[in-house]
Order: sequence, then structure tokens, then C-alpha cells
Amino acid sequence: MSALLEVRDLAVAIGNRAVVDGVSFDLAAGETFALLGESGCGKSLTALALMRLLPMVAKITHGHVDFDGQALFSLPESRMRMLRGGGMATIFQEPATSLNPVMTIGDQIGEVLNLHGARSGAGGAVELLEAVGIPDPERRAGEFPFQLSGGMKQRAMIAMALAGEPKLLIADEPTTALDVTIQAQVLDLLKDLQRRRGMALLLITHDLGVAARMADRVGVMHAGQLVEVSDTKKFFRGPAHPYSQRLFASLPENLPRPPDIGGAAGELLAVEDLAVHFPIRRGLLRRTVGHVRAVDGVSLKVSRGRTLAIVGESGCGKTTAGKAILQLITPTAGRVRLDGRDLVALAPRDVQMVFQDPFGSLNPRLRVGDIIAEGMRALGVPADAGAIGDLLAQVGLEAGMASRYPHEFSGGQRQRIAIARALAVNPRLVICDEPTSALDVSVQAQIIALLRDLQARRGLAYLFITHNISVVDYLAHDVAVMYLGRIVEQGSVDEVLRGARHPYTQALLAAVPRIDGSSGERLLVPGDPPSPARPPPGCHFHPRCPKAMERCRAVYPGVSTLAGTHRLRCHLYS
Amino acid sequence: MKPVILWSDALFFLLIAVMIAGAWWGRRQAHLRAGWARVFATRRSKIAVAVLAVFLAIGLVDSLHYRRQLPPEPGKPPAYAVEVLSALDALLMPLKTNTEKTYSEPLATHLFAKETLEDGERAFPPLKYPGSHLFGTDKVGQDVLYLTLKSIRTGLLIGTLTTLIMLPAAVLLGIVAGYVGGWVDDVIQYLYTTLNSIPGVLLIAAAVLMMQVVIDTHPDWFATAAERADARLLALCAILGITSWTGLCRLLRGETLKLREMEYVQAARAFGVGPLAIMLRHILPNLMHIVLIALVMDFSGLVLAEAVLSYVGIGVDPNTISFGTMINAARLELAREPMVWWSLAAAFTFMFVLVLAANLFADAVRDAFDPRAA
Ligand SMILES: Nc1ncnc2c1ncn2[C@@H]1O[C@H](COP(=O)(O)OP(=O)(O)OP(=O)(O)O)[C@@H](O)[C@H]1O
Ligand code: SF4
Ligand SMILES: [Mg+2]
Repeated sequence: MSALLEVRDLAVAIGNRAVVDGVSFDLAAGETFALLGESGCGKSLTALALMRLLPMVAKITHGHVDFDGQALFSLPESRMRMLRGGGMATIFQEPATSLNPVMTIGDQIGEVLNLHGARSGAGGAVELLEAVGIPDPERRAGEFPFQLSGGMKQRAMIAMALAGEPKLLIADEPTTALDVTIQAQVLDLLKDLQRRRGMALLLITHDLGVAARMADRVGVMHAGQLVEVSDTKKFFRGPAHPYSQRLFASLPENLPRPPDIGGAAGELLAVEDLAVHFPIRRGLLRRTVGHVRAVDGVSLKVSRGRTLAIVGESGCGKTTAGKAILQLITPTAGRVRLDGRDLVALAPRDVQMVFQDPFGSLNPRLRVGDIIAEGMRALGVPADAGAIGDLLAQVGLEAGMASRYPHEFSGGQRQRIAIARALAVNPRLVICDEPTSALDVSVQAQIIALLRDLQARRGLAYLFITHNISVVDYLAHDVAVMYLGRIVEQGSVDEVLRGARHPYTQALLAAVPRIDGSSGERLLVPGDPPSPARPPPGCHFHPRCPKAMERCRAVYPGVSTLAGTHRLRCHLYS
Repeated sequence: MKPVILWSDALFFLLIAVMIAGAWWGRRQAHLRAGWARVFATRRSKIAVAVLAVFLAIGLVDSLHYRRQLPPEPGKPPAYAVEVLSALDALLMPLKTNTEKTYSEPLATHLFAKETLEDGERAFPPLKYPGSHLFGTDKVGQDVLYLTLKSIRTGLLIGTLTTLIMLPAAVLLGIVAGYVGGWVDDVIQYLYTTLNSIPGVLLIAAAVLMMQVVIDTHPDWFATAAERADARLLALCAILGITSWTGLCRLLRGETLKLREMEYVQAARAFGVGPLAIMLRHILPNLMHIVLIALVMDFSGLVLAEAVLSYVGIGVDPNTISFGTMINAARLELAREPMVWWSLAAAFTFMFVLVLAANLFADAVRDAFDPRAA
């Protein structure tokens, strides 16, 4: 079998630092090769080097790439331009920034079509949009990118990539920016298109599950080098390289479960009918024309020393709920009580928050010591160097780091600093808003271990907000699944994750790519989550629900209690 | 000798002191130090800074004003000349006093125009100081080099004092509008939108003419002509400041809107830190690079604005030596036959060098501090 793409000893340097170092692999037509690795390992630069689209600072220092019998690095730029989009096409991570915001989708696809002379513009674009599963392609072709959801934009990107009828599709983290249910749709689409068109697919990802689901062969990159290339089945049965083994060990699936410290340890936080509606203002006088119902009647309980995870796709209102509990956003309605007292009247020191983005949550102009001390001073906790050093030690950093600036730390270290800042005022409840979603799996495992350790030592309660249902099992005692501002199912981890009843929870669980490649009976939900500004009537999930009934379209289901603490909102069980 | 401290001198020295204090403070801020190191990394910006430093030195020396003591008359208290001189005048004494009768070309030995000499013959009369005027002399025989050197102070003052006036307003209002939001934001936006919609030149013309009327009706306020001209210069700075803070304010408001949603601001709010402390600790330091970039970028624009306004007659006092007044005078000189080109050329060259150096410096500062350019 002769390879379509042959990469030999590719090396890329930035300055005199080798960021890609002697990478070699083959890719045959119709085959999928997954380039796996953590952030910064050089996988994106490898892909860009293949397209000869490296940023100015990076240079190809040596290596040889053969594509379809042509030596890519000796082609003139004009031939290369024909090849990009024609012979080989790319899909990038961020669909929002890869499309031109001022051109219609149809025009953008038409442009590629005309360039590569495959088919004529308008009709071809609609055909392609149909091929990538965009409903109502005639109308969508005339729309602008901002009118499309994230998943649809990524589909449009794929349609654009297909326009030149490429033999090789390079997909750089094509689903990282998408929700799991959408990710599952897009991955299926890619797989299907590849089969039908006989394309080779070079898939770049950090997600072992995605690789397991998609790839025929897997290459693991670490620090610029391809440390292991192997058949997917063999790789997931037992990775050979120590680095690959470490990656597997840090998967949440392979972490030990949290000890169950017993059920009712006493209620700490009680949230009743919390609602946050953001007004939508339009026109000159900025009249309120409607409301975004970001949080729409959420009731929760967090017990002392336990963890409640809120799970849901992006835009379902998780973060808003967390901020409203903390009174960072004034709730429209509802009560938040801590130990039976209204939180509004309370000093904020009992509840603290750890934010998602470790790069945005620390002021780059302040030293770590000052960052930690700020809250202590504001709340009258003595903030001397000793206390700060102690805190840093507790989160696994050194006391001497207090005098450094945030930019000197890695993402995981920054998240530790953010945790130290929250702990500095001795809170009893910490709201963690996706504290690991910006981190690599191995770092994520460390942070989760740290959080659990702190919980055991300090008796903290966590409200853990996440979109990644696979980490829930390894951190939380209780789970609440949120959809469009409401909690649709809640209960203990066992009840919800292993006995999911709500169709949405089931879909969410099924969409998670598992490393064993098997995802059981596949329950793909179609479509995108609706906008919280215009929730569908009746059950919010009914347009996507495979089990929707007549009643679901008319009435929002009430709460039904199954066994124990397991409660859900679905007409199937009422 | 009696020192005279004009208002503009005091403000100029205050500004220099603030700059030095700021540099001293910035030396201890790691991110600022790194930024300045990047500014000085290229030879181009080193040259630009050297040129600016020369201009600044000339401007500073020219800001040390005094009045000369007149020869003492017995039995009377010492009297002082009405003319206010500066240390630069003292340094350039031969240039200032070596005046000719009228125009002469650069390094010429004779006047530019023929005159009837004593013997009735029409010829080019010889100069009193032949070959000493590098850039020639102007209509009243003043050395053009002297005039251009004196213009530097005016240009620097306009470029720097204006920012001193606009900066507090722009920073304060921009941050408050962005952070507080609500009706405060509405009022501030209304204010700068309104200001922006009045044509700047009209506003400046009206304000300068009003100021002139005030100055003319109160001659007793000013001891010397220099103080009178100085008042008008300050008024010009003030009005330029009032018309030019809106751009920076708008920029800072937008950036504050972005910063207030940053998670570190949210984290501070979660600790109950007050709005003032948040604006000072979390917003302002993260806006400093924009302020810095805006300042150096505005400088050259303001120097040019002075030239344009003085040319139109609504700039500095006609007695103040500035690039604008020189260019204004050149209007008639260019219409002469043969043309008198050297004062325009001299003013143009100096202004060009100043503005070019300032622009190169501004570019270097922007490249070094703008996170998007990195
Ligand atoms: N434009 C650039 N300038 C300087 N360094 C860069 C640039 N682009 C990439 N790098 C560096 O090159 C290395 C590899 O980058 P690359 O983007 O290929 O990694 P990656 O594995 O795709 O990461 P991620 O998963 O975060 O996208 C990293 O150390 C990164 O910091
Ligand atoms: S109520 Fe109906 S539509 Fe909603 S989840 Fe249950 S079955 Fe599906
Ligand atoms: Mg990448």
C-alpha cells in the first residue's frame, strides 16, 4: 500500500528551540491517523508545517514531506496554494474565527469551489451544506456566520474544506470548542464523509476518547517528538511508551473514586427557585424586549463536606447559577441560604469561587502574594507572609513563589494559586467553575486530587460546575444535570451516572467518547441546544428528545422523585 | 538678575518630575521594566530617543526664565528689564543679538535685496556678521537658527502639557464609565459624544479668541509680554486638552468594559473588595500600556496641530516663537520674488525631525507594550 502522505524526519524550530523534532509517519488514502498530545507538544505546528502555513517565527529546519507523489517542500508557493484547499484541506479548532464574518456561508464555500474548479458556485454550496447535515441548506447558504450555532459553523467549515474535493483532510482539534453532544455529531459526520469520499484524515486531538473513536492508527507526541505510533486497538489495549501510560493513568476514568463520607452530613447550602433573567434591550431607548432565562428556577442542596456537581452543555446557565449563588450577579428571584441564613446578608467569606480560566483569573500586574492577600485583607483575615506561605504549601507550591508574577506559572500552577486564594479566607463552600477545563488531562488529574485532598483535610463542600461528565464520577458525591436554565435530573452519582433516566442525561453520557472505543448503544441527539431567550414550549428538550410525546410539547414536566434522592423532570416518569 | 517662573515653566518641570518619578516607580514593576527594555532594544529607537533627549534638553534650558538687571542708578532700587530671557537665550547670546537689517540667505555675506548705498549705487549691502547665519535671517534680520531653537520649547509644551491636562479626565472618566456603567456611563458617553460632535477648530478658535479678549481687557494681570503670551499658550493647551481627551476616554472605557468581566475582577468582588480598590488595583494597572501608547502617539499629532492652528491664526500668541508662527510668516515670504525659502525650510526640518523621532519612539513603545503586537 503506497502512502498518500509521507512525512520523514520533520523538524520545526522557533528561534533555536526545536518545537517539532524528527517526526515521521505515513498516511494512506482512506485512513485516519490521530496525532495525540497535550497542549504545547507541537502537534498543531506539525500540521501547519505540512500545509506550509507556519507562523513567521517558526522555520522548517529539515525533513521531507511527500504528498501524492509530490515533494511538498520544493513546490513553488503558487502550486502549494492550489494544493491547499484542493489536495489537502484543513479544519481549525475555533469555528467562530475561521469563517469570515461579513460573507455569507454560501459565498465563502462558493469561493473555494470557484478556486478549485470542482463545481459551480451556488448550487454546489447548497449541495455541500446538505452533505454536512445542515438542515434547510438553501436558507443557511444565504446567512452570515453569526446566525449559525457553533456546531453549524464547524459543519460549514467542513463543507468548505470539502469544496476542493481534498484527498487529505487535516482537522486540528475540530471539536474541542464544541459541546459533547455536538462533538459526537461532528465526529460522526467526519467519519461518515471520510468513508464515503475515501479521504485520508489527519486528526489532531488531545482527547484519548476522540482518538479511540475515530482513528485507525495513533501517534503520541510529547515535547516535539513522536514517541509512539501504533495501531489504535493495540494502543488502547496497552500503550507501550511510558509517556502514553502516564496519559492513560491520568484519565478521570482511571482515578480512584472519592470515598463516600455518608449521606446526610447536614445541609450547608440550600438554593430555592433561583432565577436569573437578563433583559434583552433593543433600539434607541434600549427598551426591554425580552429576557434571557439563563437560570430559571433552580433548587439545590449541598451538604457539609460533600461535592455537588452541576453538569450541562455550554450556555445552559451553570456559571450564571454559580455567580448568582455567590451574589456576583443579583438573582431575579429565589433564595440562597447558608446554614439557614440568607446569603445576601452574609459576609462573603463563607463561600468562595475558583474560576475556569487560570489565565484570566489572576491579575497579571500583581504578585502572587498580593493576589492571595487581597481577599484576606478585604475580609479582615490576618495576611502575613507566614500565612500566605502556608497556603501556598497546602496547594502544593513553594512559599517563595509569593513574590513572583502569574505569567511565570503554568496553567496548572495558576489554578493552584487561584485555589489558594479562595482558601485564604477559610470558606466552607467553594464554587469551582470548570477549574480543569483549560488544563491538560495529566494536570487536570493533579488538580482534582488536590481538591479532594483539601476537602478531606478541611471538610470543605464543593459546588463543582463542569461540562465534562466524565470527571464527575471521580470528584462528586451528588450530581445535578442542567438543561436550559433548569435542573432536569439530580441525585447521587450512582443514581444519576449509572441509572440515568432522563433522555438528556442518557444522551450526554452516551456522547462522551470512551477510550474503549465502544460507546454502547448510541443515542445521538440531533440539533443544537435552543436559545435560552426563546425556550421551546413544554419540555425544553422535546425538539431533540427521541422519546418526545404529545404532552411534552405542551406542558413542562414537574418533578418526580424516584428512589432515594433521585429526582427528575420528565413526563416518562410522572 | 531676577528669576521669572512662568506658569508653563512650572507645569513643564512638574511634568518632568512626574515622568522621573514614574520611571523610578516603573523600574520596580517587572512588566514595565521588560517593556522598556524592549523599547530600547533596536538601534532605531535608541536614535529616536537620543534625538528626543536633545530636543527635551533644549526645551528645558529654554524654560529657565529670568529678567536682566538694568545698570544700577544710584539712590534707586535695582530695576529689571521688561524683556524676559531664558537660559537658552544666554547660551545663544551671539545668535540672538547678531541681527541684520533684513533677509539674508543661509551663510550669505550680503543682504538678500539690493539697496541704495551711500554713493547712490544700488547693490547688495554687506552683512554685519557675514557667514554666521547658518539658516539665514528673517524679515527683521533675526537669525533663523535662533528662531527654530526657540520654537522647540513651544512645540514640546503643546505636546506634553496638553496630555497632562487631558490625561486625568480621560483616565478617570473612561474607567468610571466602563466600570460603574448605568447612568454614569450614559452621562459620560453623552459628554464626549457631544464634545466630539463640535468641530474642533471652531471650539479652539472660539476659546482662543475669548481668552485673547480676557487678556486684552486685563493688561494689569501680566507684568511682562512674556507672561501674557504664556497665558495664551496655556489656554491653547487647555483647549486642545479638552478637545482631545475623548478619544483616549472612549478607548479606556471599552477596555474597562472588557476588564471588568475578567475573572480576577470577579474574584475580587467575591471577596467584597470595593469598587474604588478594584479600579485602582485591577483595572488601572492593566490599562497603563494603553495610556502610555496613547500619550506618545498623541505627542507628534499635537506638535503638528500647533503648527496648523498658529498658521490659521488661532494658535499661540503672535509674539511667541513657534513652528506655527514661523510657517505663518513664510506664507508671505514664499510669495516674494525671488522667494525666501529658508525660514520655512528650517522650521520644516526641525519639526520633521522632532515629529519623526517622536513617531519612531511611539512605534517602539507600542510594539513593546501592546499585547496584541507581541
Ligand atoms: N507563534 C508562535 N510563537 C512562539 N511560540 C509558538 C508559536 N506557536 C507555537 N509556539 C510554541 O510551540 C510549541 C508547540 O505549539 P503547538 O501549538 O503546535 O502545540 P499544540 O500541541 O497544538 O498545543 P494546543 O493543544 O494548546 O493547541 C509550544 O511550546 C508553543 O508555545
Ligand atoms: S419530558 Fe418528554 S421531551 Fe422532555 S425529556 Fe421527557 S420524554 Fe423527552
Ligand atoms: Mg494546538
